[in-house]
Amino acid sequence: MDLVLSKRDIEEMYKCISENLVREGADCVLLIDRAANLIVNCGNPMTLDVVSLAALSAANFGATAEIARIIGEEEFSLLFHKGRHENIHFTSVGENYILITLFGKDVSLGLIRLKVEKTIKKLQEILQRVES
Amino acid sequence: MAFIDFSKREIQCKIVYYGPGRGGKTTNLLYIHKAMTENVRGKMVSIDTKGDRTLFFDFLPLSLGSIHNMSIKIQLYTVPGQVMYNASRKLVLKGVDGVVFVADSLRVRRANNLESLANLEENLRGENLDMTRIPLVLQYNKRDLADGEIPLMTVEELDEDLNSQLHVPSFPGSAIKGTGVFETLREISKITVKQVHEKLLKR
Ligand SMILES: Nc1nc2c(ncn2[C@@H]2O[C@H](COP(=O)(O)OP(=O)(O)OP(=O)(O)O)[C@@H](O)[C@H]2O)c(=O)[nH]1
Ligand SMILES: [Mg+2]
Repeated sequence: MDLVLSKRDIEEMYKCISENLVREGADCVLLIDRAANLIVNCGNPMTLDVVSLAALSAANFGATAEIARIIGEEEFSLLFHKGRHENIHFTSVGENYILITLFGKDVSLGLIRLKVEKTIKKLQEILQRVES
Repeated sequence: MAFIDFSKREIQCKIVYYGPGRGGKTTNLLYIHKAMTENVRGKMVSIDTKGDRTLFFDFLPLSLGSIHNMSIKIQLYTVPGQVMYNASRKLVLKGVDGVVFVADSLRVRRANNLESLANLEENLRGENLDMTRIPLVLQYNKRDLADGEIPLMTVEELDEDLNSQLHVPSFPGSAIKGTGVFETLREISKITVKQVHEKLLKR
């Protein structure tokens, strides 16, 4: 499963993420594939090591899916880690992609989940279009 | 799973160092990390290894210049070689575009090399990949021990054992001294990028 994206595809996904999540208070949002390729990188990631973050997140997500399988679950479609200042939220986007959302303690998880769901719907449309 | 981003004119691909436990996969990445300048390589990430055995993977991103006006980003991974960690190996292989098989030249590791290569074939098949088609390079590691007391396989014997069917490029090397490390990396990068390019851009 390889992926080729035009400038337009990328811009469309960037816009969707930026309008739905970054504008609502997320600090940084990454869209990666399960091989940890960084597809879209949005928000304020300047100070972050996004490449390492992508590699570790893909592995983490894969490992968790494997744990789910061992205990007889299909997959945990959502992963969430809460920190003192920063939280991180992982959701699968279809079978092949993962959306990573970082947000601070002043933003509610409920809002992020709502917005993530909306974002994913739109991203899936775009990705399905480019994959076909 | 290669990824081509035309907004940045960038090709990203994933190369996995595979092979038996203690063969020298992590040592290859450490050498590359040490020898490359900071504008070429990113940060090396090793998942908490108690001692020197890899439990999940090592990761090292590289920027390798450009071809056809596209810049090349390569992500190097190692797998844990120990037999019992097959679930982790399968995870690391997800989306692989090219493989370096690091064989251990020590004669006592002969069976481990064969077992690991068979395991690679099986795990690639699990990803719907064919070992005879995927970009693959062999490295016969630890040649620096050739003059010592410990019995090594000869390069010919290793070729016979591992490469008589595959006929892929192979390099004798010593990851600890750095010999053969860049030859291996250059070859696997070249054939991987070439295949990705052909597959994705000429259709
Ligand atoms: N003499 C010699 N020793 C080597 C060479 N390459 C690696 N070693 C040593 O072999 C041991 C294992 O090397 P690693 O790079 O950790 O092996 P690995 O393939 O990553 O092993 P796993 O993580 O268990 O799969 C270490 O003690 C290395 O120093 C080499 O070229 N020559
Ligand atoms: Mg290792």
